[in-house]
Amino acid sequence: MTTTIGTPAGGPPPAPLDPAELRRDFPILSREMNGRRLVYLDSANTSQKPRQVLEAMDDYYSRHNANVHRAVYALSEESTRLFEESRDVVARFAGADRRATVFTKNITEAINLVAYAWGLRNLREGDEILFTEMEHHANLVSWQVVAKLTGARVRAIPVTDGFRLDLDALDRLLNERTRMVAVSAMSNVLGTVNPVREIAERAHAVGALVLADAAQAVPHVGVKLDDLGADFMGFTGHKMLGPLGIGVLVARPELLDSMEPFLAGGEMIRDVTLESSTFNDIPWRFEAGTPNVAEAVGLAAAVRYLEALGMDRVRAHERLLTAHLLDRLSEIEAVRVLGPADLEQRGGVVSFILGEVHPHDVAQVLDAEGIAVRAGDHCAKPLHRRFGLGASTRASVYLYNTTDEVDALATALDKAQRMFA
Amino acid sequence: MSLEELYQEIILDHYRKPRHPGRLEGDHVEVRHYNPVCGDELTVGLRLDGERVGDIAVQGSGCSISQAAASVMSEQVLGRPVADALEAAESFRRLMHGEEEPDEELLGDGVAFAGVAKYPVRVKCALLGWMAFKDAVVRATDGLEGGETIHQEDGDAAAAAKRQRLTGEV
Repeated sequence: MTTTIGTPAGGPPPAPLDPAELRRDFPILSREMNGRRLVYLDSANTSQKPRQVLEAMDDYYSRHNANVHRAVYALSEESTRLFEESRDVVARFAGADRRATVFTKNITEAINLVAYAWGLRNLREGDEILFTEMEHHANLVSWQVVAKLTGARVRAIPVTDGFRLDLDALDRLLNERTRMVAVSAMSNVLGTVNPVREIAERAHAVGALVLADAAQAVPHVGVKLDDLGADFMGFTGHKMLGPLGIGVLVARPELLDSMEPFLAGGEMIRDVTLESSTFNDIPWRFEAGTPNVAEAVGLAAAVRYLEALGMDRVRAHERLLTAHLLDRLSEIEAVRVLGPADLEQRGGVVSFILGEVHPHDVAQVLDAEGIAVRAGDHCAKPLHRRFGLGASTRASVYLYNTTDEVDALATALDKAQRMFA
Repeated sequence: MSLEELYQEIILDHYRKPRHPGRLEGDHVEVRHYNPVCGDELTVGLRLDGERVGDIAVQGSGCSISQAAASVMSEQVLGRPVADALEAAESFRRLMHGEEEPDEELLGDGVAFAGVAKYPVRVKCALLGWMAFKDAVVRATDGLEGGETIHQEDGDAAAAAKRQRLTGEV
């Protein structure tokens, strides 16, 4: 099966995005850093936020702020309505049932929710959890912790020299003891788009559940739960033009409904006595305590912004930028890209090594040129170790980036190389 | 501050041509200091001749700041009385924390690192070699074997390592 989620659907090509126009919505992009215009190539880390998101949050606090689900007065009803409408918007974007769309702090919390609420109660000694060698620590350490608590065993699907998941190994690893397959829809280091649907079919065939880490895939591809065939899908607001502090877990509703709470407190209960409690319906069963209402409103504004642009146009623009970025990097002899060259198999996250120059030195030289990239292990130590590395430099693009910015990166990399040669 | 002030030519020179590279043979103490946050790694071999630093060798991988600073360290301590070398280590630590003006007599080429103090995330890189040296001195003086230290923060890891050995904390 070929990977399809990274590719625009058939039909006439969408009208291209005009980044110059878009950038007016992002005040931070006109900042100067170290005397140069900011070139922000770290959106895989966190994206910048358009004023529409900032205004929605400002409007919420200026006009509608009250606690949700707790009061009978009109202002609280307004706040509750805004919060729940935001859930509708986000659920639709993720292709999920609103009842099975849970707001969390970030995707890490979303994954931990599944690991604890599902894993602790369902995993037994001898059970197996499969994750991949390219997972972000969030989808790796969470499972190690729960495995240790339950006596389950973690196993990893290896990554090939071609930066893809070894699907032959997947067949050898899957067995009747496999209970969960946790897999990234798009690697935050390699950019590799994983065939989650195919993996999910094989996992389901042995009775395992599938959790997809879609932290990169939702913002850049607009991937939906059903596209992936997953049982759970997590993503985070701040990587998709939304604010920090809001993540999302979507799931098959009947599965979520069968689960006991993760965090306990207000909001998630139906009735409480001193001895015991009964719990609320989903999704509120999994939203203990006062939620991040303004952040949910901000995330909904971000989704509306993306939808107004059209995810097909976002994808097309990023594809063009990624092609240009790979092109420019290929002109620098010392650069070794960690990730597939084929645009059908990857997104706009491009990690690389510049000869012997340490990524921190690379990033420091780029910073002096006003260029923001990430240097380090990108919360994927096992993956770096797999390729004999401690760190890499990562440039990642989003809808507001331009080919000029990619050119500025290439020029600065030349400078870095000369400096340390 | 410009990039050229951070990466002074003298620093790049030590990075390109480290002064006492390799591993020691014969009687010596060897420590490995590793910073998992950035992957900087140094193996420092040390032999004391009485009260002096008899021989030192540094092998490592990592960023230019960590490798160059370790090279300068090796140059500054070799042949010196241990007490003076430790004084230089302390002077360099204070320089990195902006508590002291560079003292060329004590630090030699180390004064070129003054600019690093303005980049907090790079300070731990510059200190790695000196912390490895202090650790090696403590071990050699106490007649202990070499060992490995994994740095979590840029605190005084030599002291932490000693504390760990004394209390058995892991």
